[in-house]
Amino acid sequence: MPEPIAAQPKVRLDRVTKRYGDLVVLDQLSMDVAPNEMISIIGPSGSGKTTILRLLMTLEQVTDGIISIDGEPLTHMPKNGGLAPANRAHLRRMRTKIGMCFQHFNLFPHMTALQNCIEGPIQVLGMSKVEATARAMDLLAMVGLEEKAGEHPVRLSGGQKQRVAIARALAMRPEVLLLDEVTSALDPEVIGEVLQVIRGLNKKYDLTILMVTHQMGFAKEISDRVVFIYEGKVEEAGAPDQIFGDPTSERTRQFLSAVLEAG
Amino acid sequence: MSYWEFLGEYGIRFVSGAIVTAEQTVPASALAIGIPVVFGLMRLSRSFVIRSAAIAYIEFFRGTSLLVQLYWIFFVLPLFGLTLEKFAAGFIAVGMNLGAYGAEVVRGAIRSVPHGQTEAAIALNLSPATRMRRIILPQALLIMLPPWGNLLIELLKGTALVSLISVADLMFAARQVNGSTFLSAQAFGTALIVYYVMARLVVTPAMRATERVMASRLGRT
Ligand SMILES: Nc1ncnc2c1ncn2[C@@H]1O[C@H](COP(=O)(O)OP(=O)(O)O)[C@@H](O)[C@H]1O
Ligand SMILES: [Mg+2]
Repeated sequence: MPEPIAAQPKVRLDRVTKRYGDLVVLDQLSMDVAPNEMISIIGPSGSGKTTILRLLMTLEQVTDGIISIDGEPLTHMPKNGGLAPANRAHLRRMRTKIGMCFQHFNLFPHMTALQNCIEGPIQVLGMSKVEATARAMDLLAMVGLEEKAGEHPVRLSGGQKQRVAIARALAMRPEVLLLDEVTSALDPEVIGEVLQVIRGLNKKYDLTILMVTHQMGFAKEISDRVVFIYEGKVEEAGAPDQIFGDPTSERTRQFLSAVLEAG
Repeated sequence: MSYWEFLGEYGIRFVSGAIVTAEQTVPASALAIGIPVVFGLMRLSRSFVIRSAAIAYIEFFRGTSLLVQLYWIFFVLPLFGLTLEKFAAGFIAVGMNLGAYGAEVVRGAIRSVPHGQTEAAIALNLSPATRMRRIILPQALLIMLPPWGNLLIELLKGTALVSLISVADLMFAARQVNGSTFLSAQAFGTALIVYYVMARLVVTPAMRATERVMASRLGRT
């Protein structure tokens, strides 16, 4: 499958650099993601995968370069004909398009599964409790947790927590969904139930998905494109069959064989 | 005179003293809880001026003696035109002093809520104020309850100093009884016991009960 890049990418990273002090985490990284695309981001630990998602979620600021969503700068805003760093109002407006799920779920422990899912819609989108509850219950049903709606996170297994976290993110109707190793903290036997929820999510909810994952089999199965990150740069990107079957980069090849050996 | 005879004779004075101690403790506690929430949040503010004001307050009240603060409020402020009645001066000094310690408890508790909670709230696009009110503070509250229990006991004991500006509290009663009877062991022994009973049989169980209620509200049981 050729790379299906539309005229207007949904997400664009344009020579994005992220440094912490002297440590260069992302090094002039460029990448486009098409609307509705399901992208898997793979690469060695510490290569900068999480940082890409955190920059997109505006949890971190870029050191240099521009990220845009639908052609509109995320990290910057137009000012006097040039670009200035985004202010808080701009960030809040842009965040309405983006949602994220974390490796360690980060559910709100003082709220039930349902309360976790209606908090954003009520507080941010201004929905009524009735409306928000209806939406949240639909999503909890979709992830198979309708009957756990009244439980607090402590009573849920890891797989259930992550499914609630996915429902919580979707309740905000994001256009771009960021998934950061959502199965890494899970016991092997519950990974499948989370992957099952992710499968087809982009089509069902009209989402553009960027998924950082170590589940190579799953990435191969569901991705439109796979991006291999190495030392803060895109080392190689392509269709899953090509990346997993016939990688052009020696580093990609080495990484994949190391991962496959490790199981 | 047996101790029972002593109690029969002077017990009523200790009772009325203990009531005044309770009357000092309640408004002082209200101050000591209200002040920290405000100053603890100010301490975490983005604004340098607000942060500095909070730090100055906390430093001043923690770094100087409660007794000196009490004397300032009662004897010195009137020279600047602010006269407080001794009862008010007492609980205000105690409340403001313990409130400074409480501000550090609030700040510490807020900061010990895992950062992932804030990040998840940002990912849901909650405003900074909503994040604090709906996500961080409810979790911080549970963390700060045990240290609050200790602080309130400190506060109860700290109120003994108000006897030095002649508020007729428990300590004041003990000193008076001692002055007229010279039965020091009985007088101050009784004061010790009553303070202990108030701390351990009233404040501590009340805090434990609050913790239980909060924990069950937050689904932690
Ligand atoms: N807040 C931070 N301060 C300093 N270094 C950081 C910070 N966050 C991440 N890093 C560093 O950035 C590098 C890339 O991290 P990350 O994006 O999490 O990698 P990955 O998700 O690919 O494992 C790592 O070396 C990490 O130690
Ligand atoms: Mg990572």
